[in-house]
Amino acid sequence: MAEMNLLQAINNALDIAMASNDKVICFGEDVGVFGGVFRATSHLQEKYGRARCFNTPLVEQGIIGFANGLAAQGSVPVAEIQFADYIFPAFDQIVNEAAKFRYRSGNLFDVGGLTIRTPYGGGIAGGLYHSQSPEAYFAHTPGLKIVVPRNPHQAKGLLLAAIRDPNPVLFFEPKRIYRASVSEVPEEDYELPLGQAEVLKEGADITLLAWGAQMEPLEKAADLAEKEGISCEIIDLRSILPWDADTVAASVMKTGRLLISHEAPLTGGFAGEIAATIQERCFLYLESPISRVTGLDTPFPLVLEKEYLPDQLKIFEAIKHSVNF
Amino acid sequence: MDIQERVIHTPEFTPGNALQIPIYRVLQQDGSVIPGALVPELDEAQALKIYRAMVFTRVLDERMLAAQRQGRLSFYLQSTGEEATTVGFAAALDDADMIMAQYREQGALAYRGFSVEEFMNQLFGNDQDYGKGRQMPIHYGSRELHYMTISSPLATQIPQAAGYAYGQKLAGQQRCTVTVFGEGAASEGDFHAALNMAAVLKVPVIFLCRNNGYAISTPSSEQFAADGIAPRAVGYGMQSIRVDGNDVLAVCKAMQEARKLAVEQNEPVLVEAMSYRLAAHSSSDDPSGYRNKAEEDKWRAKDPILRMKNWLLAQNWWDDTREKQLLEELRQQVLAAMKLAQQRPPARLEDLITDVYDEPPALLRQQLENLKAHIRKYPEAYPKSAGGIDHG
Repeated sequence: MAEMNLLQAINNALDIAMASNDKVICFGEDVGVFGGVFRATSHLQEKYGRARCFNTPLVEQGIIGFANGLAAQGSVPVAEIQFADYIFPAFDQIVNEAAKFRYRSGNLFDVGGLTIRTPYGGGIAGGLYHSQSPEAYFAHTPGLKIVVPRNPHQAKGLLLAAIRDPNPVLFFEPKRIYRASVSEVPEEDYELPLGQAEVLKEGADITLLAWGAQMEPLEKAADLAEKEGISCEIIDLRSILPWDADTVAASVMKTGRLLISHEAPLTGGFAGEIAATIQERCFLYLESPISRVTGLDTPFPLVLEKEYLPDQLKIFEAIKHSVNF
Repeated sequence: MDIQERVIHTPEFTPGNALQIPIYRVLQQDGSVIPGALVPELDEAQALKIYRAMVFTRVLDERMLAAQRQGRLSFYLQSTGEEATTVGFAAALDDADMIMAQYREQGALAYRGFSVEEFMNQLFGNDQDYGKGRQMPIHYGSRELHYMTISSPLATQIPQAAGYAYGQKLAGQQRCTVTVFGEGAASEGDFHAALNMAAVLKVPVIFLCRNNGYAISTPSSEQFAADGIAPRAVGYGMQSIRVDGNDVLAVCKAMQEARKLAVEQNEPVLVEAMSYRLAAHSSSDDPSGYRNKAEEDKWRAKDPILRMKNWLLAQNWWDDTREKQLLEELRQQVLAAMKLAQQRPPARLEDLITDVYDEPPALLRQQLENLKAHIRKYPEAYPKSAGGIDHG
């Protein structure tokens, strides 16, 4: 075991992936000799050469189009989009191409080797275009997998699994905790399963569900609630698509209440999908309306970022409201 | 390449038409070779193979458009007038080179040996279609023939071709990727992305633009202000050539040379083939609303198939009896294959959910079970699937 922050864990996963398979290729804007603006690809070019770790011109639709072609050829591209806010120029290549490649060709061709890494989320004074959480746009797209880790141990295991998964995977990295989140990470090669939620803490009164950087305020809110005698079950969804409805439903059948929290805006956010599915599957078990604590339906603001974000106090209030319904 | 540092002291603008690229032509319409023109190395067998694929494509297009008009087929898209380009480029390649096309390149598939049955299975989306009946007609693909499955979004395959070629280079294969697209698609952002990336990363890719004058109803004068597509490549730092797209010998020779640059030097190349879309854009389009017959007739006189036939006759490799036999044979083949393909069962209901992922997720399996239960209840409303619902 070694102590790593989330960025080091990602760098370590990329290093292991490239060492164990010479078809793995990392590229994007500034990922080459510089090692990425967050340093996630540090020293990879030095170690594996320019052919396998390189800068691209500044063109997101090109990066993903190029990655789709590489993956179709049989390579294992790990493409970086510098901020999730800038993934939208590549939306067409992701949604119309990557996600549909296998289906439309009857499995003659696929881009299963593709992984797209991108830093997401707010809390760093990033304003409108360095703060977004676009997972719900992609969750509406069959054919993609979407993964969000919450800490260094997860980041390494989930990223290695994503790179080796035979489907295109979008890997959202919580940049707010890139350096803040530090934990013991095994130095060896390991994978964590995609498509499975993780129950972090068992509880009896309410199920709290989030992913990525939002796990932190969720756990803090649970601590506040526990002090008031409310027993919280905490689940990290980990995979947005396909998502683990079974684990969430089993928890809600036990607790009778569900709160979902994400940074992205409420309307059309992924909490809506979860809420609809859970009320369908757990209708007779629910003792209060499903609660969604999310960002506002506004662009992501700069100065009033703290007011915008669904912090622990907002979650704590929603927990009490749900329990006292 | 560094930006040049020649300095001037009065403002001097480079005109937008500074780069005028000539058209490389070998064959006259009467089949004679222009004196001094460089001719590709083509032996009789290959020349006849090219000709056969061109004629087959024309016959297929005519028959299937008629089938669409009769309501047998949901959609069709002809390549009439562009057969010299779409067959000629494929003839210049190694059969293992990857082709990533737009949708009007059925000639390349025919040249590579895609059978008339394979064409028909895709057009009718029956249980033998490689694509499992999921895509619209003409969205062909063949792994065996190194022909990437077509998709409708324009130009998306262009940066993909650059990536594919990069993978070929990294794997040390002596191969290239050719991506084909129309002059309209070249206005998409993906065209820019691809050319710049290919030039910077030095990948063995050939960008083949079919400039046929129209993108649906939009004439090329409303598509770009410059001298077509060919000069753009120069701006990205790559070599570029313009050829007469109705001249199969010019297309073939230019592509042979482009392939050498790509495979031997890892240099991306752009080839712009000038031609004319003689047919409607597709079975859903009527060109009489945006262009006149006189213009079409001018190009009909430049028919690329006739031009090649005249050349074959001049070589003494062809005669009118064989021409007649070939047409008869191909028409019968197409008709027989169409009847068979139409009679086959449709794509399987199960294949609604396979291949979305490598394995269908639980939620998707549940959705199929729900659908099956529904179809069992109302079988008459779902005639395509009801019969085969419980036995694949």
